[in-house]
Amino acid sequence: MQLRKVTAASAAVLALALTATACGSDDKKDDASGSSGGKKISIGIKIDQPGIGLKTPDGKFTGFDVDVATYVAKELGYDAKDINFKETKSADRETSIERGDVKFIAASYSINDERLQKVDFAGPYLLAHQDILVRADDNSIKAPEDLNNKKLCSVTGSTSAQNVHDKLAPKADLQEYGGYSECLTGLENEAVDALTTDDSILAGYASQDANKGKFKLAGFKMTNENYGIGLKKGDADLKKKINDALTKMVSDGSWEKAVKANFGPANYKNEPAPKIGNVVK
Amino acid sequence: MFDFLDGYDLLGAFWVTVQLTVYSALGSLIWGTLLAGMKVSPVPLMRGFATGYVNVVRNIPLTVIILFASLGLFSTLGVKLGADGFTGINFRLAVLALSSYTAAFVCEALRSGINTVPVGQAEAARALGLSFTQVLRLIILPQAFRSVVNPLSNVLIALTKNTTVASAIGVAEASYLMKKMIENEAQLLLISAVFAFGFIVLTLPTGLILGWVSKKVAVKR
Repeated sequence: MQLRKVTAASAAVLALALTATACGSDDKKDDASGSSGGKKISIGIKIDQPGIGLKTPDGKFTGFDVDVATYVAKELGYDAKDINFKETKSADRETSIERGDVKFIAASYSINDERLQKVDFAGPYLLAHQDILVRADDNSIKAPEDLNNKKLCSVTGSTSAQNVHDKLAPKADLQEYGGYSECLTGLENEAVDALTTDDSILAGYASQDANKGKFKLAGFKMTNENYGIGLKKGDADLKKKINDALTKMVSDGSWEKAVKANFGPANYKNEPAPKIGNVVK
Repeated sequence: MFDFLDGYDLLGAFWVTVQLTVYSALGSLIWGTLLAGMKVSPVPLMRGFATGYVNVVRNIPLTVIILFASLGLFSTLGVKLGADGFTGINFRLAVLALSSYTAAFVCEALRSGINTVPVGQAEAARALGLSFTQVLRLIILPQAFRSVVNPLSNVLIALTKNTTVASAIGVAEASYLMKKMIENEAQLLLISAVFAFGFIVLTLPTGLILGWVSKKVAVKR
């Protein structure tokens, strides 16, 4: 008797859960709909990448992506205080856009073909490259080929880690951790020789107060990562507005200022601002 | 529909999960049994050690233990457990961490089994002149194990799912492949569903078989 009740109850719960997850597009969130002139805007960012998107202990957000997002929101007619920054982890980015949780996403979001099937991109607004970060006193790695007998570190499952494995240094011994901070620990303790990911992210880490002077960028341009602003597929109007905002940001000098402010201390040689719609393969 | 599975070694990843589970299950069974023996031993120091160990390890999140194994033991202290190359080192560190963690739960499950054996039996065995280890080995543990197959199978199922934490230090098991696929394919729901199903395929039979075994071997009192 008891068993039958439990079974019935769990079946009901399961059915509810299934209907709730199946194509949850009919229950739109209102806070992100309605274009400029509305009250608030939700924007997806990273909160754990120094220099790109970071939540400081006192609850503020800093980084290049945050600066770009704030500028774009201003052009769309939202004050800085009306922006509601939300963390969008790499795995959740497409889903957050499709569900309408966020209006757009600026979170070191590289434009690629698989993602273009799900979302649209404005931009690109920054051209980054995969690079390596080494200890400041280590001069043994002069070219990407030298990585083959080295110990490398990157983040579990990331594109950078896969590139090392498949193309850049198939013979390298690769350690993968859940976050870059763990890799930095290993790099400091000489358990690994180099940390690899986009140079913009590496520059952000190297610029942190705690790490100043300990690490340096090698400056290998191993891949092209075109950071774009992700938005709902087919929203041509919003895409155009964001692209106009990005163009303006470059032409009035704010773009250059944001780059210097966020990546400056790491000796990061950034690429010039990319042309809108010009994705470098 | 499922064309995103092309080019990924799904079976290989789950095979690593199975290996992690089996090795850690064996390790934790041995270490957990020793701990349970210590907990009921007449030596206060041993009892204290086992109690302390269980209480500390059981209350630390597994992620912390696994990360400590990698960052603390390997990165900082250079413990390699006799393997070279990150793949081997990480696998062994993960087995070590999972065994240490799961052993605490095995110990507690076994202790409840020891409590089901009537005290009279231990006293009778002592009266026959058996030593403590003999009492434990010949009289108590065989009966204790038979009454805790179900709790132990719960621990085993939890362990199977806990192996996913090993991806935090780069062991290439199922959830590691899942992260990789989500990164490349932008198919969050479908990929998650495939991997959830994979784990059900592993754990459901485990539960059913061990449930049947527990009925077969239970001590009817």
